[in-house]
This record gives sequence, C-alpha cells and structure tokens, in this order.
Amino acid sequence: MAQIRKKKSKETPPVSTASLPDIVFMLLFFFMVTTTMREVTLLVRVKKPKATEIQKLDRKDLTTYIYMGAPRNTELYGSEPRIQLDDQLGSVGDVQSFVILKREEINEAERPKFTVSIKADIDVKMGLISDLKQELRKAQALKISYSTNPAGSPEELFKTY
Amino acid sequence: MARNKRSIPEINAGSMADIAFLLLIFFLVTTTMDVDKGLMVKLPAWSEEPPPDNNEIREKNIFVVLVNSNNQLLVEEEYMELPDLRAATKLFIDNNGDGTCEDCRGARDPKSSENPQKAIISLQNDRGTNYDMFVKVRNELLGAYSELRNELAERKYGRAYDLLNEEAQATISEVYPQFISEAEPVSVGG
Repeated sequence: MAQIRKKKSKETPPVSTASLPDIVFMLLFFFMVTTTMREVTLLVRVKKPKATEIQKLDRKDLTTYIYMGAPRNTELYGSEPRIQLDDQLGSVGDVQSFVILKREEINEAERPKFTVSIKADIDVKMGLISDLKQELRKAQALKISYSTNPAGSPEELFKTY
Repeated sequence: MARNKRSIPEINAGSMADIAFLLLIFFLVTTTMDVDKGLMVKLPAWSEEPPPDNNEIREKNIFVVLVNSNNQLLVEEEYMELPDLRAATKLFIDNNGDGTCEDCRGARDPKSSENPQKAIISLQNDRGTNYDMFVKVRNELLGAYSELRNELAERKYGRAYDLLNEEAQATISEVYPQFISEAEPVSVGG
C-alpha cells in the first residue's frame, strides 16, 4: 500500500491539450452559425434617433430594411437625403415594387408578420418619410418599425429641445 | 526499398488550436450581432378616396398633437414643451368623461375624452419636421400608453405589464387600447 501511494504523489501529469482544438472549433462553428455577415454596404449616413419605448424585432428573415439619410459620397449623389434599397440608392417610386418583391420571398404563412424597418437618419425631414409611408401603405406593408437606439433615461431625450 | 517501410511521421497537431483561434477571432470581428430595435407602428390601409367624415368621433375625443417645421409642439391648440407631453397625454386618455371605464382613475373632465376606447391621438407633422423630433414625440405618446398600462397592471395584478401572462395583458390592453393616428403630412407652417 505504501508503495502505491508513493507512486501517486510523485509528479502531477500535465493537462492534456489535445482536445483544445475541438473546443475552439466548437466555438467557431457556434459563431459561424449564429451571426450574420453585414449584408449591405451603407451608401447613406445613418445616425439613428434614440427612444425608450422600444420593441425588439426578433425575426430577421421577416424584416426588410430601408435606409434613409444623406449619401456618403456627396460628389456622386449630392447631399440631399436619399433612400437606400438593398445595395443601391432608389427613389420613393421604387419602394412599392421593392417591398412587394421582398414580401414574395417569404413563406406564405408568415407573410402577415412581414415588417419593414425604417433606418433613417435623425436629420431626415418628415416629408421624405411621409412619402415613404404612403408608398408602404400602397404596397400593403402596414407593419413598420422606426429603428432606434435605446436611450438611457427619458430625460436624455429632452436635452436638445 | 527497405527505406519505404519506415513508419510515416505523425503530423504535429499542436498548431491546430492556433489556426482555429485565428478563424474564431476573424469571425468575431467581422460579424455583427446587433438586434434591431425600434418603435413598432401599424399603418392604416391605403384607400384612394379620402376617409369619410366621421361625425361619430367627437371633437373632444381627439387629442391633436401638431409638430411644425421648427420642431415645436402644439397640443390641443396650446404651445407645449416635450417633457410635458407625456403627462398631458395620460390625462387625456385616462379622463373617463362618461364613466364607463371602471379601471380608470381620470379626472372625469366633461371637456376631455369620454373613455379610453374612444380616445384617439392624432399626430400631425409638417413636411419640414425633423425625423428625430417626430420619433421623440411618438415615443412620448407610446410612453403615455405604456405607463397607464403599467399602473393598471400594478393595481390589478401587482406586477408590471411586461411580466404578465398573455391573458392578463389582453385584459389590460382592452382597457387601454392604443389609438394613435399618424395623419398624412399637412403644411402646419413654422
């Protein structure tokens, strides 16, 4: 007995690192599956407004994004706020067909949950957004979301006015 | 020929972890995990003809909020600052002028709304209004409703509205349904 005990206490064996690659690969696959690559390159500058009464949009596949703001490349597109649909700048007239096409891509059973998320810059005037809303109504895309960032407290919103 | 019989040396797998880490860090950096958040709004369906003049909706049941192109607020024909809007909206919704809403605690002012089912908030903006201001106003209006719902939830169930089950939430949103109309843009000047 004494001899066996002596053997055990000699030296602690090194921790095997053979399974480390497996662990890391598992993490890697997890991140590859759960995250999405940025789909569009933003051609317009978007600084989202802040709000407190916000709700999460949890189904990304049922959401279509419309970006609005002043173009980044002012030499090419001017400085007036424009609408970006997918990877190109469009006009208000293109919105209706764009939204209808996007809705066609979704499974029919889930079409009522189709949402349009408006990501507009804080400096955009409501005239353009009202025009957009009229087009969305014509396209029967009635569920919309004004994309915002969460504000820390309600008081934070009153500062500038 | 005898040389070929020698065993093939094992590939060193020690650097495998490094490679995998490199890939992992690449994906961590390039991907975005941002969850989109926003103010959910339901638009009215499109109709070619203008909405019919509805005499049933009485003047006192409409709470008119105007935002002009200088981002100033005009609420029920009076100038108002943004921080006061939420309280004013709550007073209007919760007024309960005809006494049919048992759960309301309003002042029962005969000149204000009859009950929360009939109370409508009409948000009108100029074409020159800033989007930022519009979202803030919209946020305050939604905030007024959620505060009322929360207060009622606390009184009835002793918990915040978000923590209730669906059935209880439905009971409360029946008492305070949301009627916010975003009218088409008008020129309200500035």
